[in-house]
Amino acid sequence: MRPVSSWGRLSAEPHQVTELSDIATLANELSGRGPAIPLGMGRSYGDACLNPGGVLLSTARLDRFHSFDPENGRLVCEAGVQLRDIQRFLVPRGWGLPVIPGTQIVSVGGAIANDVHGKNHHRVGSFGHHLRTLTLVRTDGQVVDCSPGVRSDLFAATVGGIGLTGLIATAELQLQRVAGPWLDTEIFAYRSLDEFLTLADDSESLWEHTVSWLDCTAGSRPRGIFLRANPAVDQSGKPPLPRRLSVPVTPPLSLFNRLTLPVFNSVYYQLNSHRRRARRRAFDTFLFPLDDIQDWNRLYGPSGFFQYQLVVPRDAGPAALHDILDIIARSGQGSFLAVMKTFGDRVSAGLLSFPTPGITLALDFPNRGPRTERLFVELDAVVRNTGGRLYLAKDARMPRELFEAGYPRAPELAKFRDPGMSSGMSRRLMGQ
Amino acid sequence: MDQKKRIVVIGATSAIAEHCCRLWVQCGPVELILVARNVELAGRIAADLRARADQAEISVETLDFLSAPAIAAAVARWTAQGPVDMALIAHGVLSPQQPCQDDIEQARYSIEVNGVSPVLFAEAFAGAMSRVGRGTIGMIGSVAGDRGRRANYVYGASKALMDRYAQGLQHRFAGSGVKIVLIKPGPTDTPMTAQYKARGRRLASVESVAQGTVDALERGTPVAYLPRKWRLIMFVVRALPDFVFNRLNI
Repeated sequence: MRPVSSWGRLSAEPHQVTELSDIATLANELSGRGPAIPLGMGRSYGDACLNPGGVLLSTARLDRFHSFDPENGRLVCEAGVQLRDIQRFLVPRGWGLPVIPGTQIVSVGGAIANDVHGKNHHRVGSFGHHLRTLTLVRTDGQVVDCSPGVRSDLFAATVGGIGLTGLIATAELQLQRVAGPWLDTEIFAYRSLDEFLTLADDSESLWEHTVSWLDCTAGSRPRGIFLRANPAVDQSGKPPLPRRLSVPVTPPLSLFNRLTLPVFNSVYYQLNSHRRRARRRAFDTFLFPLDDIQDWNRLYGPSGFFQYQLVVPRDAGPAALHDILDIIARSGQGSFLAVMKTFGDRVSAGLLSFPTPGITLALDFPNRGPRTERLFVELDAVVRNTGGRLYLAKDARMPRELFEAGYPRAPELAKFRDPGMSSGMSRRLMGQ
Repeated sequence: MDQKKRIVVIGATSAIAEHCCRLWVQCGPVELILVARNVELAGRIAADLRARADQAEISVETLDFLSAPAIAAAVARWTAQGPVDMALIAHGVLSPQQPCQDDIEQARYSIEVNGVSPVLFAEAFAGAMSRVGRGTIGMIGSVAGDRGRRANYVYGASKALMDRYAQGLQHRFAGSGVKIVLIKPGPTDTPMTAQYKARGRRLASVESVAQGTVDALERGTPVAYLPRKWRLIMFVVRALPDFVFNRLNI
């Protein structure tokens, strides 16, 4: 037994961690272990990858590529391969992952189990849309292949299924051609939600990546920075090696607090609103700025932090977002990493996939105990009333009824579940 | 680079060696000869490396790691095909101390696999490299070889054998184009040390140790502690007088 935390560092309960290292003996290793849940890179923020007091099946060493076809861009690899590894080896050969979330330091298995999305969701959908087949190993020793065409119901339950249908052992991914590591980027300051929506709508047809940062300490008059990018026309030159920083210790209290946040946010806004509008940037520094800061989650202090990521339908969006920003401003708790983006209309591949058409907003809050929970209860009400939902990969605390309201297809998952798989999240939201 | 670098990896299924191979195939055209006792696993590692880089030429071989004639013949064969630029000798078993004490047959096996066998491989490569006047031999030792401890002195003694041996080779090849590099990793997060991790010890990542190994081989660093803090730690451990050391439970 050893203590394990997820990315939010909200808990450090003891777990029995089993390091899987040999794909050939998985079926043996999985059987008869008692309730277990797969653990990839541990980048989900809450309890989706935790199983307090129970078994974690770590896939970090299942990190081999099996085959890559450079003609059609199909990669077969093990579940523990990191997305960063795929990019590192295959971008120089002209292929890349179509979907990468805000960090590349996640495993293929985790990307499938959370059906992650990236800044190009409006163009390409989410991770599950680019999955050709996957192989599941169940705790009864069964090995099952599924795909959108074969056992499609099990496939839909597994994509976004937070590990509950069995251990994803290998997957075949359809990569896309990439011209090179450079992006042409543009940056705009906006001073209202309407301005943001206009920018987002105008950019969606012509720009591959869109995202925005929001200063939520500005209260009911939100301001922010909108970013968009396309593959660069000029791909010449090697991108610079990223500067690697790290947070060596956990500060005794969150560095993001009532006193520092307005300052940080203001400085960040001012700096970026005066940047040159158009720049060529390396894809990884543009898409994954936090990957260059090792252990950035320590900045929130010893109590950890929550991520609250919601999506609300487009029609209800602007009004709901105004309400949410008002509630946050009144609470006196703010967020530094507030990220807002519009999702496209593509129907997600999984029963529990998060993306639905609308506007998504991700907020981070240092854990301040009951005060933070009171804020969440108020935010929950807005999400529920507008027909929205919260992202399971980020969640550590939503009440079961909000889950059931937000994920109406959840009951369909039951018959595909692996009875040997259970997580803190599944017990909290589904009862087992 | 004018032509493909030729690298022979002994014990290619060791996690550190496998990660070194990933770094090598990423850097440019390379020919890798993977030598392992577990051929099936080595085959999967070869497939992984081929999928990562299409310019890599990779083959898998096996032989009896404890047979001097077999080692001599294999090294002669590889070097006859062309000069070997680098040989990384990485095989080993982490044999727990207690079984070695209970059964001296276990102790013999540990010393042969971890100490004698690597030295025989190195000696065979040294002969071939001295004839062409260039090449690099990398050996994976361990901080455990720096001072005997009750917790793992059989394993440690095998690694210490490698240590003195590498020192002698460095003396022999001083000023020549043949470089001898002894890598001394601290406890590293590999399948071999899973039992320590379960007890909550902090281990260095295998990726960082592999990067350090590749860099040390490139530069010809005589002795590389990885991570580097272990040079200082082991300096202190070696310097402790016996009457202090023998009372410590380390």
